[in-house]
Amino acid sequence: MSEQKNPLLRVQHLAKSFGLREVLTDINLDVHENEIVSILGPSGSGKSTFLRCLNLLEMPDSGEIYFKGEEILNQRLSENKYRAHVGMVFQDFNLFNNLTVLENCTIGQIQVLKRSKAEAKDKAIANLSSVGMAEFINARPNQLSGGQKQRVAIARALAMEPDLLLFDEPTSALDPMMVGEVLDVMQRLASQHLTMIIVTHEIAFAKKVSHRIVFMDGGVVVEQGSPKDIIDNPQHEKTKEFLAHFNHA
Amino acid sequence: MPESYVPRIIYLLQNSGFSFLQGALYTLVLALISTFIGCVIGFLIGILQTIPIRKKDPAVKRGLLRVMRAVLTAYVEIFRGTPMIVQAMFIYYGLAILLSKPLDVWPAAILIVSINTGAYMAETVRGGIISIPDGQVEGAKSIGMSHWQTMRFIILPQALRNILPQIGNNLIINIKDTSVLFVIGVTELFSRGKSVAGAYYVYFETFTIIMVMYFIMTFTCSRLLRVWEKKIGGPQSYELATKDQLTLTSGMYTNPKMVEDN
Repeated sequence: MSEQKNPLLRVQHLAKSFGLREVLTDINLDVHENEIVSILGPSGSGKSTFLRCLNLLEMPDSGEIYFKGEEILNQRLSENKYRAHVGMVFQDFNLFNNLTVLENCTIGQIQVLKRSKAEAKDKAIANLSSVGMAEFINARPNQLSGGQKQRVAIARALAMEPDLLLFDEPTSALDPMMVGEVLDVMQRLASQHLTMIIVTHEIAFAKKVSHRIVFMDGGVVVEQGSPKDIIDNPQHEKTKEFLAHFNHA
Repeated sequence: MPESYVPRIIYLLQNSGFSFLQGALYTLVLALISTFIGCVIGFLIGILQTIPIRKKDPAVKRGLLRVMRAVLTAYVEIFRGTPMIVQAMFIYYGLAILLSKPLDVWPAAILIVSINTGAYMAETVRGGIISIPDGQVEGAKSIGMSHWQTMRFIILPQALRNILPQIGNNLIINIKDTSVLFVIGVTELFSRGKSVAGAYYVYFETFTIIMVMYFIMTFTCSRLLRVWEKKIGGPQSYELATKDQLTLTSGMYTNPKMVEDN
């Protein structure tokens, strides 16, 4: 991605510590509209924390986050308003256990976006159809398999029509049988000009769908570039070491 | 007055049965209203106590939140940590001085039991809220829901389900413990028993009746609450939406036949 207009999301000098342990150090990242960025790295490298900082589920200690040119950390712009524009798909789905599949996908639209019930239902069903879950609108989350839950969680995020979609290891809690169905859905999304940041351990998938890959280790961005450059021709020792694990597996 | 146990009970029932029933009704109404108000207090405190204090907030807001938490904590500790019979005296006579006239017994009784129950319920609700996994809150935050919306639509409905047994427990405790309100002159079941026993000098028989009546009330409530608990659990199964003709499962396809029919 070349330096076209302003990035949709610009992160500068982001840092975060838990107690004395510094988990993120001086992270800088630009994400442009319609770009798909995957973040790879060993466990504990800070990738999930970084993603959670982007959605303000964790508050960064310092640094700036610009969304559509607006700084969101220091000014008093409502967090909730910002979050409504930035969807998030979690490792553990986090579907609302007291609501049906349909209600999971309409509650945010009705309460946060103030859409009418009818409109919210239409949008929810359209999005549930696109992830193959429209049949299950009356089910409750605990009646679904992990893969089904994650597809509903994706539909819930999509129904808000976010400008940016964050995926936090969306397949890590799934057994191998179900990983495929979720990756299929994500790949379809990738072809629909959505802006996505994906934290994942699925190297092959990341290589296939991403425009750019960011490799993190020890709370810093070690290197970034096109999937070809990073995965087929990594420059940094740490990246090589990390990828070697996957080649031998 | 008959000489033996059973005839005495029959005699008391014939002469004072209506008074006992009325007392039981007062007890029940007082317990139900106060438990309900106590729950509302408990839920409000639960919501207020869990408002997050963030570094980003202005100092005034953080200060106010801290003061509010301290006040609510003090309320909970004081009313949980003192006997209701003492609270009843303290509040009833205290308010009488404050308002410079004696209070009506009923509003005073409801007030006392409600704030006492509220203190217990606040802790119960807090426990119920804590028991809901963090992921539920994060899911709600991730779609931009506010603290209030998250509580109202996601957390409290789940917490309510978890603490329903405890609410039932509180109702049963209140049915029994409203008996201490005789000290401020509430004519509930225990005070009826006390005056009847005093009038006839038959204590054992009178309180046999009173005890059975209390037990009938608490036992019925505990059974009814079980039924409610089961109901609130929701259906175990669900229907596939394909059986529902009104929903679109395969995109925006309109059956041409149906259009013609119109």
